[in-house]
Amino acid sequence: MSTPTIDDGTLADGHWHDSAHSRKGFFTDTSICIGCKACEVACKEWNRNPQDGTFELLGSSYDNTGSLGANTWRHVAFIEQDSERIEKARESGRKLVNLGMPTIRPRNDESAAAQPLDGALGAAAEGRTSAGLPTTPELNVDLLAPGALEPTDLSNVDTTPPDTADFRWLMSSDVCKHCTHAGCLDVCPTGALFRTEFDTVVVQNDVCNGCGTCVAGCPFGVIERRDDGTINTPTDRDDRKAADMDVPNAGTANKCTLCYDRLVEGQEPACAQTCPTQSIKFGDRQDMVDQAHDRVAELHAKGLTEARLYGANPNDGVGGTGSVFLLLDEPEVYGLPPDPRVATKDLPKMYANAGIAALGMVAAAGLAFIGSRRS
Amino acid sequence: MSTSEYDSYRPPEPEGGRRKRRRGGRGGPSGPDGPGGRRGGRGRGGGWKNRGADGNREMPMVEDVEFTSYYGRPIVKAPPWGDEIGTYLFLGGLAGGSSLLGFGAQLTDRPGLRIASRMTALAATGIGGAALVADLGRPERFLNMMRVVKVSSPMSLGTWILSGFGVGSGVTFAIELDRITGEKLLPLGPLRKVLHALETPAAVESAFFATPLAVYTAVLLGATAVPTWNAAGRNGLPYVFVSSASMAAGGAAMALAPVAETGPARLLALTGTAGEAYAMSAMRKRMHPAEVDPMDDGEPGNKLHRAEKLLIAGAIGAAAVEVGARVFAKKLARSGAGGVTGAIAEAVGGAGESAGVGKRSWKTRAVLRGLSVVSGAALAAASAYTRFGVLEAGIESTKDPRHVVEPQRARLEERRARGITDDSITTGR
Repeated sequence: MSTPTIDDGTLADGHWHDSAHSRKGFFTDTSICIGCKACEVACKEWNRNPQDGTFELLGSSYDNTGSLGANTWRHVAFIEQDSERIEKARESGRKLVNLGMPTIRPRNDESAAAQPLDGALGAAAEGRTSAGLPTTPELNVDLLAPGALEPTDLSNVDTTPPDTADFRWLMSSDVCKHCTHAGCLDVCPTGALFRTEFDTVVVQNDVCNGCGTCVAGCPFGVIERRDDGTINTPTDRDDRKAADMDVPNAGTANKCTLCYDRLVEGQEPACAQTCPTQSIKFGDRQDMVDQAHDRVAELHAKGLTEARLYGANPNDGVGGTGSVFLLLDEPEVYGLPPDPRVATKDLPKMYANAGIAALGMVAAAGLAFIGSRRS
Repeated sequence: MSTSEYDSYRPPEPEGGRRKRRRGGRGGPSGPDGPGGRRGGRGRGGGWKNRGADGNREMPMVEDVEFTSYYGRPIVKAPPWGDEIGTYLFLGGLAGGSSLLGFGAQLTDRPGLRIASRMTALAATGIGGAALVADLGRPERFLNMMRVVKVSSPMSLGTWILSGFGVGSGVTFAIELDRITGEKLLPLGPLRKVLHALETPAAVESAFFATPLAVYTAVLLGATAVPTWNAAGRNGLPYVFVSSASMAAGGAAMALAPVAETGPARLLALTGTAGEAYAMSAMRKRMHPAEVDPMDDGEPGNKLHRAEKLLIAGAIGAAAVEVGARVFAKKLARSGAGGVTGAIAEAVGGAGESAGVGKRSWKTRAVLRGLSVVSGAALAAASAYTRFGVLEAGIESTKDPRHVVEPQRARLEERRARGITDDSITTGR
């Protein structure tokens, strides 16, 4: 075990430098997410998270979870888009490619091996029924509109995600980003948040006193204080006293731990293990980033220029995220910030300003006394 | 829209509202309207916008701007900070400024000002600290704040600043209390000498932590992802907060201590009003419009506007008192001659006129004292409104993703325009 040290150029990120483990992370490939919400369920069950809300319908496609929060550590977003939006997304993605950014490592795209899941997905795209991915005829008729599929994609390629010209349904499983420069971790005044040996960010619920600073510190709106929630059955939910009774870790900050308890046992997080399409992949963070680069290049080669990566750039405002995403539209469409920046990056400047301001106040007080000398 | 037998279970739709918001080309039979089809994509459904029906006038503006969001849901979360934190922001500044005034009063022999300021400082520290603890999710664990000293956490530093300040402030308060009670109430015995010997060190210690206490909350708010706070913190919120603290402390002293002794308090408060007026407008100019909006609209906007009005009124009042105090300096000086007990009577009871030497000058003194109390209270209230306004504006700014997305998009585009293309979180390959 070692003591956390401060990284070069960062402020108290608390990364481990001689950990026996490499950095772990997710790669969430939203192009093959089917919106089954198994990750949400597995997460809730494994972590024994209380339920949010009262099963109301939110009127946002099939998303009735709403957002990530103290009780929801995986959240599947559903976005329905028409052809206009698809074209816009494709265009914005093309611009991203044309910006030529960033050059993280030498590219060797075309050698990328096809991923095992693509076979099954491709099968879905073609309307075949493969094990684990039954495609109902109705779905094909109503939503996927097979007539609109581009014939070139269908003829000889089996790695194309389901794609239609005039309508698409984006699904994306969001999760804590486990940032390289984590705002929540930086501003935690109790040390309840810490960097694990897997380079993930975890709350110690027996230490956290629920001050709420981390909630404001997260640029992604992930972490939250558990002020409500219930794990009672619907029949006794009317009795609010009963509902508040058995919520674990009430009043403390809660968020995804990347299943720290499973990682130390050498297992993978519950969401990744349960994901039926391997849209959620888990592994060494560098492997995840490599896979993400390969996958986005693959999709671009198919003409799906709307595909882009989110969080794979170590130069971004949070130093890259542990959870990398492949998105099919602008991040804000999925409820992700387009240019997040860890707020503590500005701290040195703010402290300097505060110092000047404080000296100014001392000077003002001093002058006030000098100015009202009694002769 | 598709029709089905289940449509009758839908809640009735607000006819007028939805029709008006609809744009052309939708609602036709050709649309791919699945179960959620009419509410897909970029905030074009009823779901999130209907939340605006609670009187939030910002909602229609959001639709006009070309801007995408996930059903208008917040991107960053507001911290669970309520009125307790607003109270603390105000009291922290008040305590810090008062401690400076108390120390100055000790050095320049102004007993009334000294007592009033020290009492104010300790009361503000105590109530503020209690408010902080009350706002915790697990108040019984408040001592966990002292597990670590963490430079990257303004709240951690703030805890230590507040604690350090509280020690000196508590000692000076105990000394004043001992004096007021004729050195009888506190059962100190031989320790009384030790206590009184500590007066200057404690006052210095408390004054050392005073300005950090007044200013650190600006950094605390600034070092968050809350758009309005973060932008404010980067663009001069510390200056606003020290000005506000000066104003609050000066105002409180004006209200509590005799006019003849509160010259420094008035000057400090006047400096504070000028500083706040300038720093606030400079800060607003440098922030992105979408980050400033929450400071203009709604309840936070009202509070900040109210703060402005009170600030102007209080500044005029304080200036008038200052002029009066200088013109009638001789008449006032006699009331100050009452010594420590007279000053205490003034500070505590507010009935400073009891000293009552010189019958002809009592009217002048009463008018000045009354004006001093009123304008001092106005200045303190202005400070409180500023703190609450800034706090609530930040919380408001998290509710609409516009305040997050627009400034971030703007800075991203601005960097790209400058040729910096390697630091976006979204990458094409």
